[in-house]
Amino acid sequence: MSITMTEKAAERVKSFLTNRGKGTGLRLGVKTTGCSGMAYVLEFVDAADPADAVFETQGVKIFIDPKSLIYLDGTELDFAKEGLNEGFKFNNPNVKATCGCGESFNV
Amino acid sequence: MALLQISEPGQSTKPHERRLAVGIDLGTTNSLVAALRSGIAETLPDESGKHLLPSIVHYRAAAEPLVGEQAKRLAVSDPLNTIISVKRFMGRGLADVKHLGRQLPYEFTQTDTAMMRIRTVDGEKSPIEVSAEILRALRQRAEVTLGGELNGVVITVPAYFDEAQRQATKDAGKLAGLKVLRLLNEPTAAAVAYGLDKATEGVIAVYDLGGGTFDISILRLNKGVFEVMATGGDTALGGDDFDRLIAEWIMHQAGIANESGHAQLRQLLQTACAAKEALSQQTSVDISVATDSGIRWQGMLTREQLHTLVDPLIQKTLATCRRTLRDAQIDTSAVQAVVMVGGSTRMVRVREKIGEFFGASPMVDIDPDKVVAVGAAIQADILVGNKPDDEMLLLDVIPLSLGLETMGGLAEKIVPRNTTIPVARAQEFTTFKDGQTAMTIHVVQGERELVSDCRSLARFSLHGIPPMVAGAARIRVSFQVDADGLLSVTAREQTTGVESHVQVKPSYGLTDAEIEQMLRDSMQHAQDDVAARTLREEQVEADRVMEAVNAALAVDGELLSVDERRNIDQALGNLQQLGKGTNARAIKTGIEQLDKATQQFAARRMDRSVKQALAGHNLNEFINPK
Repeated sequence: MSITMTEKAAERVKSFLTNRGKGTGLRLGVKTTGCSGMAYVLEFVDAADPADAVFETQGVKIFIDPKSLIYLDGTELDFAKEGLNEGFKFNNPNVKATCGCGESFNV
Repeated sequence: MALLQISEPGQSTKPHERRLAVGIDLGTTNSLVAALRSGIAETLPDESGKHLLPSIVHYRAAAEPLVGEQAKRLAVSDPLNTIISVKRFMGRGLADVKHLGRQLPYEFTQTDTAMMRIRTVDGEKSPIEVSAEILRALRQRAEVTLGGELNGVVITVPAYFDEAQRQATKDAGKLAGLKVLRLLNEPTAAAVAYGLDKATEGVIAVYDLGGGTFDISILRLNKGVFEVMATGGDTALGGDDFDRLIAEWIMHQAGIANESGHAQLRQLLQTACAAKEALSQQTSVDISVATDSGIRWQGMLTREQLHTLVDPLIQKTLATCRRTLRDAQIDTSAVQAVVMVGGSTRMVRVREKIGEFFGASPMVDIDPDKVVAVGAAIQADILVGNKPDDEMLLLDVIPLSLGLETMGGLAEKIVPRNTTIPVARAQEFTTFKDGQTAMTIHVVQGERELVSDCRSLARFSLHGIPPMVAGAARIRVSFQVDADGLLSVTAREQTTGVESHVQVKPSYGLTDAEIEQMLRDSMQHAQDDVAARTLREEQVEADRVMEAVNAALAVDGELLSVDERRNIDQALGNLQQLGKGTNARAIKTGIEQLDKATQQFAARRMDRSVKQALAGHNLNEFINPK
């Protein structure tokens, strides 16, 4: 089981957390919704769940609930810039199909 | 693959349900757009990395207008078609604009609606259309940056903007295809950017010194709602004036004649501005300019010299601050926080002087050019529904004063316009006649003094007032406007508790244009209204006095001699006659005459009632009560 993060993504997450002034890390997850089955969850963590799997990468703690982990194993979180738009990107090897916009996916 | 932002715990949105909202600072000189991304509110730059969009629109024949930097470059070569500082014209008629007292290069036209227009090669443009072009440019930038259509925007306006100016701003947003969630006062936005709304209460001063204008606002925060206590400012004082002073100093030092050409003057102003900015970082700056003789002049400006130059201007802003605090009826010790807005507040001297004046170091952590847009973005994010409801701020205001009719057809304002809602206000009223058992409450809306010039909203009656002498009953009338603008009015007689109430929607059926018209009328008729009010007040007072005298005559008339009675009757008849006229001063004199004629009578009545009260009693009973 592994979850990783690019240096750029880690840098951003750290600066967002500092700016926010609270939070212990980042939550990655999936929920069943959207036009192609599942959607990513990307949230700040204030209180971790005891059942969460915890990964530490590039000095950032990543929390994932066990159910989501099945769909996310091997994922690398990246921070990308597309023109003026910028944000986080899940490079998930489990994905078989995404919807047109890429906001939801299928495994 | 879509790019994601980090959400608050438990606030992840479903795909395609992300709600995008931005805050827009629609400024006189520059405009900005800001958004909240991964918990951070920041202004969005354009392709070349510039955050500020010059609020300038250049119209072309048979082509899309140019906005921003491109338009700015054409300002000198084609002034008639390049609209600068359009914010000054928002919601104004031609007459108002002429009062701005500036030489404006535009050709104005006035249509039958109250709005003025500017003639360009692309046809006549209203200030709303020009502002919409600026908003459209910002909208496009935001949609490209955020990767989707905007669900809503918050646009900021100066705290002193009246209803017509606010409406014009809203209309510009609509025209640009934006859903305007709310207009937010600029000082309030600055306070929100610093998170000052998180406190429960307090007084905040917002010092806004921009390029060409100065504003000071005193806000009171109460239960998460900002109320504007007072505003002041100077529409012709800003960083540009600082630059001019420095440029004049350079000209004097270098021996450059006053009548230098435009190009040289502009060069000088740029040098001055650069020197001013450099002196915020260092204590002295070298200056080199070309003189008339063609030889370059080399000199040095120290921070101390700069201070001597600009101190009078800063003092001027402090005098305005002092006046505004007086308007708010507080002194500097009551101010808990001072927020700095506008590029000119970067000057170290301005910060020092403000710190001294308020006895507190001003808040300067957020870029003063961006702080208003940042606050608007935070507010927009909450309003669009990305935050739980309990963080919702309610900052709406009522557009026109609400009040009721009092004797003589006068409108008594209970809730003044621009009051933030929800709001509850109450006032006590009393009866006019002896034994009055019912009262009609007529709820009106508007700024005028006479009920006939205001809009009637509702009428209802309060019955069951116990019979008392005039002026003894205490009827409390409460106005309550909820968050949706729904007004309920309750009248309650305090001794018996009898109550009656009515509910209305004040803005129902009133178009924006009508609201604008009502405001315009109230300004135009201010003088007439004061006169009308004075007259009605004297007439009501005359009626009240005559009523009282007649009642007294009916009871104690025999206390008077024939002559005395004739005198009083004459004064009564005279006052009755005057009361029908329109001379307020004459009515006042008539009242005084009647008062004089009845003084003896009143004294005798007093004696009689004292005697009656004492009759059958021993004096000792009053001195030594048992």
